[in-house]
Amino acid sequence: MTEVSTVYVPVEKIGIRRRASASIAVIGNPNSGKSTLFNRLTGLRQTTGNYPGVTVEKHSGIVQLGSSALELVDLPGIYCLGGFSTDERIAVDVVLGRIEETPPPDGMLVVLDATHLYQGLYLVQQLMEMQVPMVVALTMSDVATANGIDISIEVLQRHLGGLTICPVVATTGRGLEDLKKALEGLARAAPPAIPESWPELSRTADQLTREAGGALQRIDVIQALIHPESRRAAILEEQLGGPALQAIREGLFGDEPPQAAEARHRYRWVREVLGEAQSQAPLLDRFGARVLRWFNRPWPATLMFFAVMALVFQAVFSWATPLMDAIDGGATSLATWVGAHAPANAISSFFTDGVIAGVGSVIVFLPQILILFLFIIVLEDSGYLARAAFLMDRVMRGVGLSGQSVIPMLSSFACAVPAIMATRVIPDRRDRIATILAAPFMTCSARLPVYALLIAAFVPDRSIGWLNLQGLVLLGLYLLGIVGGLATAWLMKRSALRGPKPQFALALPEFRWPNPQTVLIKLMDRARVFLRRAGTVIFSVAIIVWVLAYFPRSGELEADLATASARAEASWSGAQLDAELQRIQNQAAADHLAQSFLGRAGHLVEPLFRPLGWDWRVSAAVIAGFPAREVVVAVMGTIYAVGAEAEEASLAGKLRSATWPDGRPIFTLPMVLGLLLFYAWCLQCAATIAVIRRETNSWRWPVFAWCYMTTIGYTGALLIFQLGSRYA
Amino acid sequence: MTLKELRPGQYARIEKVDARQPGVLRLMVLGLIEGVEVQHANSAIGGDPMEVSVYGTAISVRKEQAGCFRISPLDAND
Repeated sequence: MTEVSTVYVPVEKIGIRRRASASIAVIGNPNSGKSTLFNRLTGLRQTTGNYPGVTVEKHSGIVQLGSSALELVDLPGIYCLGGFSTDERIAVDVVLGRIEETPPPDGMLVVLDATHLYQGLYLVQQLMEMQVPMVVALTMSDVATANGIDISIEVLQRHLGGLTICPVVATTGRGLEDLKKALEGLARAAPPAIPESWPELSRTADQLTREAGGALQRIDVIQALIHPESRRAAILEEQLGGPALQAIREGLFGDEPPQAAEARHRYRWVREVLGEAQSQAPLLDRFGARVLRWFNRPWPATLMFFAVMALVFQAVFSWATPLMDAIDGGATSLATWVGAHAPANAISSFFTDGVIAGVGSVIVFLPQILILFLFIIVLEDSGYLARAAFLMDRVMRGVGLSGQSVIPMLSSFACAVPAIMATRVIPDRRDRIATILAAPFMTCSARLPVYALLIAAFVPDRSIGWLNLQGLVLLGLYLLGIVGGLATAWLMKRSALRGPKPQFALALPEFRWPNPQTVLIKLMDRARVFLRRAGTVIFSVAIIVWVLAYFPRSGELEADLATASARAEASWSGAQLDAELQRIQNQAAADHLAQSFLGRAGHLVEPLFRPLGWDWRVSAAVIAGFPAREVVVAVMGTIYAVGAEAEEASLAGKLRSATWPDGRPIFTLPMVLGLLLFYAWCLQCAATIAVIRRETNSWRWPVFAWCYMTTIGYTGALLIFQLGSRYA
Repeated sequence: MTLKELRPGQYARIEKVDARQPGVLRLMVLGLIEGVEVQHANSAIGGDPMEVSVYGTAISVRKEQAGCFRISPLDAND
């Protein structure tokens, strides 16, 4: 008889993933340590989705509790339920259950920063009015203690209607177990008592809710009173009639904006609560604090800003280079290897020139993008982005924008896609669109190969004083992008996007060391989003360009290639034969390209580009570059690999010896300068167009940006070539 | 006297806020309201925008909006 032994394993030790039983919204001020706490609670069990119809990602994760699991939804940081920026409006809409297909949360985890209770308690009050179960996590209590701030949790709790308050230190995990316990029964807990900060508003809201008879909830009534332009306000007006509602508003708010009256009432209550619950011990002026203060003074801080930006650029452009070269080399040798071991037909060409080149062109950008994202996340989490916006606000005001456009603009020197995604922090829609339209002008890393090729080929490598002429031209191209972008923002803000002056009011967080785990999780998340958004577009573009350059296939040319090869094999041998075969293959490839869809398109549009000094080959390469500018170098490489030019080893040499049928050189200096300007200003990137479409939620802006940038690029190139050819 | 004229390092109490001017509401939501003590902590080059600290939080305020806050200056040792 065998003995049966039973081992009891506690449920939480078994790797069962329970279904989430309730959904909890995580909400708090910006920089309150909300994301760190969220990451600490959910670990790697996070998903990034999208709210239907809006552009902001939905970050959610599962937290495992003793006997159940909860879904936590991390919302953008907000100061009030007013909703000034896109991020803020989303947070408010989620909390109030106004987003389709997304039920309102069953409860709220409110993150309160112990070092900034003043603003935190303002938001908490508004949230308590919602009558949804909540629990408060008091973060940064260790920092508060170090700063001499003493907080009585009991007193705070009394004022907050007996809400559960859990002090936590998210970085070390202290207090997390208590918080999890509080979360466990949260969805079934009673909602908090309504704070007594504004009795008149409370009474009016109660009464109107009764009168509305279920058409509106209490929080909807409050929102309708305070925001007269909202949809809820229209419903309330229908119920009560316009004049009656107007009389109620005047009674509550006088003749000032309702939000002003709200701020006065609620902050008076906050100050009473803080007067009882918080005390500040006098602090010694420590050396570290004095040093930080000195670095925050106008000039040192501005110099620091430029130093930090120089470091970011250095990192993005030089640290990423070895990796990018390795990826590029890897893709090329893989394609060569496949090409050598597979029969030369459409399928092998599809894999080598289409798929491998396509995947390569996506991942070749990853090192730069990841380094850029890493820096943006570190700067954001350390609180520096707000400081940078503060320092640069005056400069950006010159073109009608605010300091908050600085970081998106600088990011677009690496890639416009993450830059356009970073414009979400800009509160005003008009400012945001002006920034989005300016960003693609900045010299992104995909423009560099084209610049490098043309400069190396046509700008003499000589010195002017201690400056190198080639370097100067490159610098000029960067300036051209900056000028184009800023001028565009300036023009737009004076015409189509005219509106009230951009506002700039933001809290400047203290410097804080970013949490490595949080940084890593955010980095992975943004890389995923980039690959999904831009990666799919760049890859599809590579395939489409391949199709256009490969088809239709001419049987005649294939036959010619076979006879020419056979003849060469009969009359040559050894190295001479290899050279001859290479020459024949290059000729065949170029002939194929000439009669492919792309080549025909080049011939078709040549008359249009003739005034710019471009032949059909340049035109074809430019057309291929419209969906993704980085393919231009490759197309030129194929198209110019023939005839007399093939004698030259480098592509630069080939371009230099390319001629018109009558023997005049194609690449003259005015033509090259025009071509460079065309590249600097044209919107040749389908990924950017797609992300503009997503972020502005309409085709209007991407179509406008494309037409506008193409027009000025063409006109600029035309002027330079015509004037240059006449007077040079 | 308005917040605009407060010198770096000086403290003041906010007496009256003109909430109807553009951009002021946002600052009120961040806690710049009547009765609170503020300090002109710092500024960008040229003095605009200024960094105003209230209850330990630094807030960026443009000169234009700062003119909408009437203040009475306080001595540092008050």
